[in-house]
Amino acid sequence: MYVESKKGKTRELWQFHGGLHLPEKKEMSLQRPLQQARLPRRLVLPLQQHIGVQAQPQVAVGDSVLKGEIIAGSAAPVSAPVHAPTSGIVVEIAEHVVPHPSGLTGLCIVIEPDGDDRWGELPDPISDFHSVDSEILRRRIRDSGIVGLGGATFPSAIKLNPGKPIKTLIINGAECEPYITCDDRLMRDQAERVMNGARILQHMLQSEECLIAIEDNKPEAILEMFQQLREEENIEVVRIPTLYPSGGEKQLIRILTGREVPTSGLPAQVGVICHNVATAAAIADAVLEGRPLISRIVTVTGEGISEPGNLEAPLGMLAGDLIAQAGGYLEAQPQQLILGGPMMGFDLSTDQVPITKGTNCLLCPTAKETPPPQPARACIRCGRCADVCPANLLPQQMYWYSRAKDLEKVQDYNLFDCIECGCCSHVCPSHIPLVQYYRYAKAESWAMEQERRESEHAKQRHDFRVSRLQRLEAERKAKLRKKKEDLKKPAAAKREDPNKGGDDKGAKQAAIEAAMRRAAEKKAKQQQAPKNTDNLTAAQQAQIEAVDERRKVARKKMQKEEQPR
Amino acid sequence: MEFQTTSSPHTKRINRVDKVMLQVVLALLPGIIAMAFYFGWGVLINIALAVISATAFEALIIKLRKRPVTPVLLDLSAVVTALLFAIAIPPLLPWWLVVLGMAFAIIMVKQMYGGLGYNPFNPAMAAYVLLLISYPVEMTSWLPPFMLAEQQLNPAQILAFKFAGILPEGVMLDAITMATPLDQMRTNLDLNRMISEIRQHPLWGDFGGLGWEWVGNWFLMGGIWMVYKRTITWQIPLAFLSGLVGMATIFWLFDAESFPFPLFHLFSGGAILGAFFIATDPVTACTTRAGQLIYGASIGVLVYIIRTWGGYPDAVAFAVLLMNMAAPTIDYYTRPRTYGHGGGTV
Repeated sequence: MYVESKKGKTRELWQFHGGLHLPEKKEMSLQRPLQQARLPRRLVLPLQQHIGVQAQPQVAVGDSVLKGEIIAGSAAPVSAPVHAPTSGIVVEIAEHVVPHPSGLTGLCIVIEPDGDDRWGELPDPISDFHSVDSEILRRRIRDSGIVGLGGATFPSAIKLNPGKPIKTLIINGAECEPYITCDDRLMRDQAERVMNGARILQHMLQSEECLIAIEDNKPEAILEMFQQLREEENIEVVRIPTLYPSGGEKQLIRILTGREVPTSGLPAQVGVICHNVATAAAIADAVLEGRPLISRIVTVTGEGISEPGNLEAPLGMLAGDLIAQAGGYLEAQPQQLILGGPMMGFDLSTDQVPITKGTNCLLCPTAKETPPPQPARACIRCGRCADVCPANLLPQQMYWYSRAKDLEKVQDYNLFDCIECGCCSHVCPSHIPLVQYYRYAKAESWAMEQERRESEHAKQRHDFRVSRLQRLEAERKAKLRKKKEDLKKPAAAKREDPNKGGDDKGAKQAAIEAAMRRAAEKKAKQQQAPKNTDNLTAAQQAQIEAVDERRKVARKKMQKEEQPR
Repeated sequence: MEFQTTSSPHTKRINRVDKVMLQVVLALLPGIIAMAFYFGWGVLINIALAVISATAFEALIIKLRKRPVTPVLLDLSAVVTALLFAIAIPPLLPWWLVVLGMAFAIIMVKQMYGGLGYNPFNPAMAAYVLLLISYPVEMTSWLPPFMLAEQQLNPAQILAFKFAGILPEGVMLDAITMATPLDQMRTNLDLNRMISEIRQHPLWGDFGGLGWEWVGNWFLMGGIWMVYKRTITWQIPLAFLSGLVGMATIFWLFDAESFPFPLFHLFSGGAILGAFFIATDPVTACTTRAGQLIYGASIGVLVYIIRTWGGYPDAVAFAVLLMNMAAPTIDYYTRPRTYGHGGGTV
């Protein structure tokens, strides 16, 4: 398939396996123009809004802060600072519910806005970015707290240091999930920001080409972006067919380049880097204006919302406050609130969670829109799941093995290539929550691996201890023997006996050799470790961390329950 | 505010097992009506007997297994099994054989393995084979299509025969039954008759047996509708029929007087029914698309081999059961290449 991507230029497109045509339901939130959310009375800013090391508070309770001021940061390479979204006073630094599938809490800085919305000192704008070293730009992007705004929240600066030549820079404006329109809105209303971001990114990566990919159900956005194109630049706007999940990084790379990212590899390995359109816009702000990431566009939609639309919300605003600005709930008892889209988003148990850098959509559907799941029936092996799987997996086989807790077998079927897009669950005639089974199997596999590592570590320590004791014992005995012999020997016969000294040395030598041999064996063993836990992608790492977190919480809970007895 | 939490995706599911089964039932209807038209009330009585007994056995076992009965009955899988079995057996088969077949299919072949989704063998075909081996005479006494019948029984007379073995006075069983076209062809070929000679008999229509070919046609319509509705995939039926026709063509070209022409094979016996309705049973078939091609083609080839050189005139049931056994192995060796696992294009 070929599409026009620039004046006088066509591009070939490829297809990925499977995929689904879903009811889009995007028009609902596109009725209204982009609104600026009013400042709420409280902003709750989680210190962990990104993948990587948590930021540490750099303010104390009672401090007054200015808009754009860094309030938390970390020196760790994979991390992102947090900025004050407005001026005000830090009233609390404490645990607060954060957006997480398990309803976990996390350390948050709570700011009470003073209403002045006064800017602090910002870094100088870099308007002529072409003449600036990309290392400086990268530092600017990092210091501005920019992470992947498509939902992955991986610190963007790291992705801009691939260490490999990049042929294709992809700006992802596919927005393939139903309901969500924040990227569409952004491209329609602020195409120039996105395009400037693309230019900066292309300059930094020195990529041959830059492709802005948009699904063809967004003609207005495509038109706006097209008008930003300049003849002399190597930037193209590619209209891709609407097919969920075309916005998945791996799928999009396949569509645009025909290449596949190797399993547990990174896009850079095939010469590609992907950034979301909102990330590009944020990068443009950071570089051209010195403005850090303190707000984002959030789609508030669903038939349970009175005035669905897109709102630019300060980070830290509570979901409930934002929904109130979208007219509030239509029903007295809304049944469900989803963070993200219907396919990959997760349910919130409360609307008192803050908007974070990764929050693209709040979806409040009615029971009619998303009826509660029916009880699952037995799998009839129809294979529809395999037909729609964008990773070309056999979801049904993975389901059987997950159910049987045969973790090895389920990994043989490439469990870890599953992107949890939900296509298989959507088409399953038996209404089996397939994705849930894969999450379970992944979590169990990681836990098993963790346990294996822990026991390996314990064994290692034990072995070291044994060998150390043996060595000490040997040394002690040798010393004793030597002493005895020295005593026995008459002082006159004080002569060097090479054999005796050799014995001593020999025992030491043997102990050392044995220890070295054991260490070498262990090393060899470690190198044969299971395939699933090496070279994890950022998203997988995030999942692992989430799982670990959940386990820790569960363990804490258990300990708490045990204590009173 | 508290909200319910469920696992993603949060969408209205688009498919349902009972809908899939219902589509199979609907797709069978034209063929069933055609069968009843050509072979009389016995077909419908068989269907009623099979559906009632299959449902009863299913309910009984589910009750014994202490599971909720209604959802299982409503998935209609027992009805589909009953229908497939009932249209495969002769219209005059004694009632207790129909019930016995259903008992075996539902209790032994389906529920003893764990019910829908867990049975390795196609229940309807396993029951058919059990009866064919145990009661060969009853299972091969077919009726002629009404155009050829010297004497037709009315519904009361059919019921009397099926339930009490009583025929109207002066009627001999041999006078009202007739071998199937496949059977005739076999017997005559064994007598070294030439095909052109055999086809002089009034039993023969344009392709297969008179009446039979039209039943096959209507099952084909239903099958194509199922492919269109994506109730089944095209891989198994196409591969099945290609395997059968391919084999038939090779041997027919080799010797047209000793090996029947391909269309005869296509429109005789259970070929069409088997290709679209029996081999496509998802539970017992291959699930990978490449595997389905191998699975279907193997059944087609086996049908031809057994029909031509085996001990039975038709072979769909045997071929399907044999390939049921091979399905998991075929699936294992035809796994698709997962994204990112080598072989990326460009």
